[in-house]
Amino acid sequence: MTPPLPRLLAAVALGGAVGAVLRHAVGEAVPDGSGFPWTTFAINVSGAFALALLPALAAVRRSRTLAVALGPGVLGGWTTLSATSEQGRSLLDQGRPALAAAYLLGTLLTALAAVTVASHWSRPEEQAAFAAEEGDR
Amino acid sequence: MTALLVAVGGAVGAALRFLLGHLLDRDLPVGTFAVNVVGSFLLGLFTALSLDEQLLALLGTGFCGGLTTYSAFAVQTHARGRRGALYAALTVVVALGACALGFWVGQA
Repeated sequence: MTPPLPRLLAAVALGGAVGAVLRHAVGEAVPDGSGFPWTTFAINVSGAFALALLPALAAVRRSRTLAVALGPGVLGGWTTLSATSEQGRSLLDQGRPALAAAYLLGTLLTALAAVTVASHWSRPEEQAAFAAEEGDR
Repeated sequence: MTALLVAVGGAVGAALRFLLGHLLDRDLPVGTFAVNVVGSFLLGLFTALSLDEQLLALLGTGFCGGLTTYSAFAVQTHARGRRGALYAALTVVVALGACALGFWVGQA
């Protein structure tokens, strides 16, 4: 049975609140500082890894509500592309183009490598089903 | 109090991202692309406007952070194989440009 859209949205909102608060707390505990933004880098790479891992979990495959609460919700709230863009912009603005490029490209390649590794724990059809249920948003 | 503002912004941003992805993501994830670009524009704008701490927690860390996603971006890129390279390059470059544009608008 497919849960109605409002219920999915509520699950995503709840998860998104949790993920954003966790990201905020980690950012307060370990601020990015002025060099390579390692904290945001670690948040985005770990979130990408975890999202690619979700199709391997039986509970996630059973419940679409849980899938969207954890994927688009918690992990979508945990990771951020806006902060990455702003950090890249700020580094360029400071006249540090090599560091900006290393950060933006480094985040992308490491996140993709993390997804590749995490994908080994689930079958392609499980990943496709997870995407079809909009867990990958 | 700050954490509550981040939670509210994150909840609204995440739900809006899911809704736009639901409506627009097809073979190409147009909805996810759009929220990542718009969220980057807004964060650049909010940064230039030097919002106070509470407002930045609600709109920047919360809303923009919840609206945009790196996890879905990475998984979608991976799932699309070679075509994913174009999607990834477009997202990173256009989001960076949008962020710079937002910052520029905020300074004007």
